[in-house]
Amino acid sequence: MNIVVCAKQVVDVSEIKVDSKTNKPILAGVPHKISDIDKNAMEEAIKIKEKHGGKITVLTLGSADAKEKIKELLAMGADEGILLPEPENHDYFMTSQILASAIKKIGEYDIVLCGEASIDLFSGQIGPRVAGILNIPQITYAQNVTVEKEKIVSERNLGDKAVTIESSFPVLVTVTKEINEPRLPSLMQILAAANKPIHDWSLDDVGSGGIEPKILTIDIKGVSMERKNVIYQDDIDDSVGKLVDNLAKEGVLR
Amino acid sequence: MVLVYSDNKDLMLELLAKGSELAKELNKSLTAVIIGNDECSKEYIAHGADKVIVAETDLKDSKAEEFSDILESIAKEDDSEIILIGSNKNGKEIAPRLASKFETGCCTDCINVYLKDKKLVAERIVYSGNAVAVEQFTTTPQIVTIPSKVFDALPKDDGHKGEVVTKKIDVKKSSSKIVNVQELKTEGANVEDAEIIVSCGRGLKDKNDIKMIHDLAEVLKGRTVGCSRPIAADLKWLPEDHWIGLSGHKVKPKLYIAAGISGQIQHIAGMRDSGIIVAINKDPEALIFKSADYGIVGDLYEVLPKLTDAIKTKMG
Repeated sequence: MNIVVCAKQVVDVSEIKVDSKTNKPILAGVPHKISDIDKNAMEEAIKIKEKHGGKITVLTLGSADAKEKIKELLAMGADEGILLPEPENHDYFMTSQILASAIKKIGEYDIVLCGEASIDLFSGQIGPRVAGILNIPQITYAQNVTVEKEKIVSERNLGDKAVTIESSFPVLVTVTKEINEPRLPSLMQILAAANKPIHDWSLDDVGSGGIEPKILTIDIKGVSMERKNVIYQDDIDDSVGKLVDNLAKEGVLR
Repeated sequence: MVLVYSDNKDLMLELLAKGSELAKELNKSLTAVIIGNDECSKEYIAHGADKVIVAETDLKDSKAEEFSDILESIAKEDDSEIILIGSNKNGKEIAPRLASKFETGCCTDCINVYLKDKKLVAERIVYSGNAVAVEQFTTTPQIVTIPSKVFDALPKDDGHKGEVVTKKIDVKKSSSKIVNVQELKTEGANVEDAEIIVSCGRGLKDKNDIKMIHDLAEVLKGRTVGCSRPIAADLKWLPEDHWIGLSGHKVKPKLYIAAGISGQIQHIAGMRDSGIIVAINKDPEALIFKSADYGIVGDLYEVLPKLTDAIKTKMG
C-alpha cells in the first residue's frame, strides 16, 4: 500500500497574540508546527501500513525550516519526506496544483491522506481540490477508516447523519481530529528519523513553475470583540443577584 | 449569471437573498440548482430565483464526484460568474472540487461577500477566530461557500416570475459508492435558531450534571443547551447538534450563558456574535471572561442552582 500524506506547517494558532491597537493578529515570531489534523492523517497512514505494509511519503509545501517538522512525521513512522517551496501569494488553487503534480510525479499511490482542514486557515479545500485534479474519488470528514486489500471503507460524519463510503484505489481521504490519537515517537524513533530522506523538489521539478493565484488576500483584518467585561468575584449570592438584575435590564429575561 | 446550490432548503433561501443582490448589481439573472427531485422550485422562485434547473439523478445522496460534475456542466451552460454554495459538509466538499475543475478560486465558510470593481470579495474567519481574511477573486467562476445564518432570506414574493428547467445530466459514475446512511441520534436541538442558549464545557464532572444546564435553560424559557467540543466530540455526553464552535455550530442567540467553558478560541468563534454573553467559571483567569459581558467567578455547581432560582424568582 503506497500512501501519501499531505502535511502543512502552520503557525501555532493558540500562541497568536493580537495587537491591542489594530486588533490584528501578530504572526511574526509565532512558533510553527505540523497542523494537528494532518498528524491524525499521519497516524492513520501508519495504522494502514502496519496492517498492509507499503510505504508512506510525506508531502509538504513550505519554507526550508519545515524540514525540522517533517522529521517529526518521519519519527512517527513515515518513510520519506518531500518538501516543495511555497510560492509567494500562493492560494488554495496553487497549493493543490503543486501537491497534485507532486503526487503524479511520485507515480504509484493507493491512498492520499489529508487532514479535513489546516488549523490556521481552516478552508478544507486542499483535499477535495487535489482529488479533483487527480480525478480520483474523495472521502472527506472520515471518522474511521478500514482498509482491505482491494478497497477502503470509511464513515463520514456529517453531523446529522453518518455516511459509509466504499471505494477502490486510488482514493483521497480527509480525516477528522476524532479519528485517532496521534502517537508520540520514542527517542529511538526520533534518532532513526535523522537517517530518513527528505527530498527537495522545485516547482519546475513538478511542472508547476510560473503558476499564478486565482484569489488574492487583500487584507487580514482584526476582529473586535468588545464586551462589557463586568465580572463578579465576591460572594456568590451577591454576584448572582447583581447578574440577574443586569440581565433583566438588558431585556433578555422575558 | 449567478448560480446558487445547496442540498439544504433553508440555507438555499438565504443564499438566494445574497444571490439576488449580487445578480442585480451585475445586471445578471439568478439561477437556483436542485439536484434530485423537484420539491421546492416554486419556493426558490418566490425567494428570488429567475430560473431553477432541476438536475435529475438516480443518486440518492450527495457525492462530491458526481455532484461537482453536474454543477460543472450546469455552470458552463449557464455561463456562471458567481457560484454560491451552502457551507454544510456536503457543500464544502463539492465547492473546492468544482473549483479544481474550473481551475478557479474558491473561498469556504464566508461570513461576507460583496462586489468591488465587479469582482467578488469574500471575507472569512482565519487563525481560529483571531482575524478575518479578505480575499478577492481574479478569475471566474468565483466560487464561495456560505454557512447558514450569515444572510437573511428575502420575504416570499409570489409575484416573482421564473422558469423551471428539468434536465438529465449524464456524468461519469465515481468508482466509490455510498453503502450505508445512518441517521445520527439527535434530540432535534437546533442551536442555530435558538434565542437563549445555556452551554457547558469541561467544568462539568459528570454526564448527569447536564441536568443543571437544562434546568437553567428551562427557567429562561430558552430550553436550548449547547456545549463545547470536549462534551460532544470527546466525551459524547451530548449529540453533536449541541456542539458550538468553529467545527461545530455557529450561533447568535440574544443571551448566551457559558458554564464551565474555558473559552478556547475555537469555541469563541462559534458564539462571538451572541447578544449578551455570560460566563461562569471558577478560574478567574479563564479566557472566556474576556469575551463575556457579565461573569461570575465561582464553581458552577454552586452558581448554577442559585442562578436558576434567582431567575425563576425574578421572572415570577
